[in-house]
Amino acid sequence: MGSRTNRNTIPAAGPLHGARFRRMFRYTWPLHVMLLPAVILVLLFQYLPMLGIVMAFQDFKPWTGFTGSEWVGLDHFRSIFERKDSTQVIWNTLIIASLKIVFIIVIPVAFALLLNEIRHAVYKRTVQTLVYLPHFLSWVILGGILADLLSPQSGLVNRVLHDWFGIRPVFFLGDGNWFRFTVVASHVWKEFGYGTIIYLAALAGINPSLYEAAEVDGASRLQQTLYVTLPSLVPIIVVCTTLELSNILNGGFDQIFNLYNPMVYAKGDIIDTFVYRVGILDQQMSFSAAIGVFKSVVSLVLITAVYRIAHKVANYRIF
Amino acid sequence: MYHKTPSYRIFSIFNHLLLAFIAILCTLPLIHTLALSLSGKAPANANLVGLIPIDFTWDAYDKTLDNPDFLRSLYVAVIRTVAGTLFGMLVIFLAAYPLSKHGSAFRSRQAYAWFFIVTLLFNGGLIPTYMVVQKLHLMNSIWALILPVTVNIWLLVLMMSFFRHIPKELEESSLIDGAGHFRILFRIFLPISMPAVATLSLFTMVFHWNSWFDGLIYITQARNYPLSTFLQTILVQIDTSQLSTTGQDMQNISNTTVKAAQIFIGALPILAVYPFLQKYFVKGMVLGAIKE
Repeated sequence: MGSRTNRNTIPAAGPLHGARFRRMFRYTWPLHVMLLPAVILVLLFQYLPMLGIVMAFQDFKPWTGFTGSEWVGLDHFRSIFERKDSTQVIWNTLIIASLKIVFIIVIPVAFALLLNEIRHAVYKRTVQTLVYLPHFLSWVILGGILADLLSPQSGLVNRVLHDWFGIRPVFFLGDGNWFRFTVVASHVWKEFGYGTIIYLAALAGINPSLYEAAEVDGASRLQQTLYVTLPSLVPIIVVCTTLELSNILNGGFDQIFNLYNPMVYAKGDIIDTFVYRVGILDQQMSFSAAIGVFKSVVSLVLITAVYRIAHKVANYRIF
Repeated sequence: MYHKTPSYRIFSIFNHLLLAFIAILCTLPLIHTLALSLSGKAPANANLVGLIPIDFTWDAYDKTLDNPDFLRSLYVAVIRTVAGTLFGMLVIFLAAYPLSKHGSAFRSRQAYAWFFIVTLLFNGGLIPTYMVVQKLHLMNSIWALILPVTVNIWLLVLMMSFFRHIPKELEESSLIDGAGHFRILFRIFLPISMPAVATLSLFTMVFHWNSWFDGLIYITQARNYPLSTFLQTILVQIDTSQLSTTGQDMQNISNTTVKAAQIFIGALPILAVYPFLQKYFVKGMVLGAIKE
């Protein structure tokens, strides 16, 4: 009886309860079931570890657990900025990441502009195929190739530098400054091609009548590029830059881990590799969890800020 | 008209050459590795090999494929990739359907969406995740390599956007005919979205094949490493630590060709699926990146 009266009294847009809720649920329960596996997995492997960050505020020992470990407050966070090794690591990360961000914006934009001038479709596609390829290979493979290629004694690169230009062997992976250069250069090698895709798509979307008008006005191709193409690309460049900025604390774990060695720790060690070494190899779990939390918080702030900017500038949304 | 001007013609020739040069430069390292793996030991050790194999031989490949450790990790990698892709696609396919519904048809959609988005913004980090895997007794199990990485939010978004492009009328008419959501998903959406499923499967396969770090921390017995982890330990961990020392390890030198062969076999599946991958990823990436 109650449900019957409910059905009559509740307005269509009202809150869900009683019979309306039941009717709704009869329609939607399979949808909840479909989401169940994904929800369980995300709860277990994403949300549960979030609870684990309490260890960053404890002197966590695996054998005493979360309940038995001593509470130390912000001590670990303080020592992040006091310990020499961790401050160095933060600097390294900032330097390497910002260099990467600059080059991975500039080079793909330039490359996309040049590629856009090629009219021969097969030629264009071949170039694209070749430059996209490294993106799909892992840093283990690329690291193995680079270690061989850049070796001071036997590497092909140093052989060419020596035989053709008479340059003495360069320790690409053994000298701190050269290591940074190698990291940025090899990152560009792996990712610049893939980065051009988005700009090529934007270029294809430019209204052709803009070019026709410019042509009628007597603009040369260079002028067309400067005054039509580039301004049309600005929104997408802004979006990509802001999105890249959220990576400012990501030096690229996979890459660094597969290229570095104790010789270049001083200049090449980044936050993520440091967390791994200190946390898992040295078992200083609390300290390394604190660095992880620090990184997450900074990234969270950056991503939120950057996302807002991207939303304002170019109406960009994920969901 | 600018095509006919002499200055543009000169630029065009220069541009064609430059792009060809860059494109070839990008692939040279891979070609060098291939050449090295097909060369005889002596020229390889004397650093004579450039881009063409010298004293052509399959020796390095024979040796690699005779190595039981290598075969074992190859097997683990194949199992991981196949199981991880099948399981991952099932979970993502199921989850993307409710999320593609409009908020008016599925009231909880927004709550679920935020539940997933939060994980993009914040995560517990390496150590707590490691401890969860440990506490769930997944260490040394193939599931440790699959379960934590199954729900990839980006793939979920891609699948969801694809579902949204399916005409609403299809679903409505089947609802009227009395089909439930599961029937609609598997009988109507699945056949239509095969291209999307194929694309996302390729992405997942490449991801699983390339993953190496989870193997390193979650698998404690080296003999059960998947191939990428196995390669990581033999190629990188040894090599970079000896790079800067003056005299190179003799054993290392004699292994040059075998290492090159192992690298190339490790890259081979990616190269094999690359043509198919390339057909789709441009679309997928642009779809995920810009929405009007």
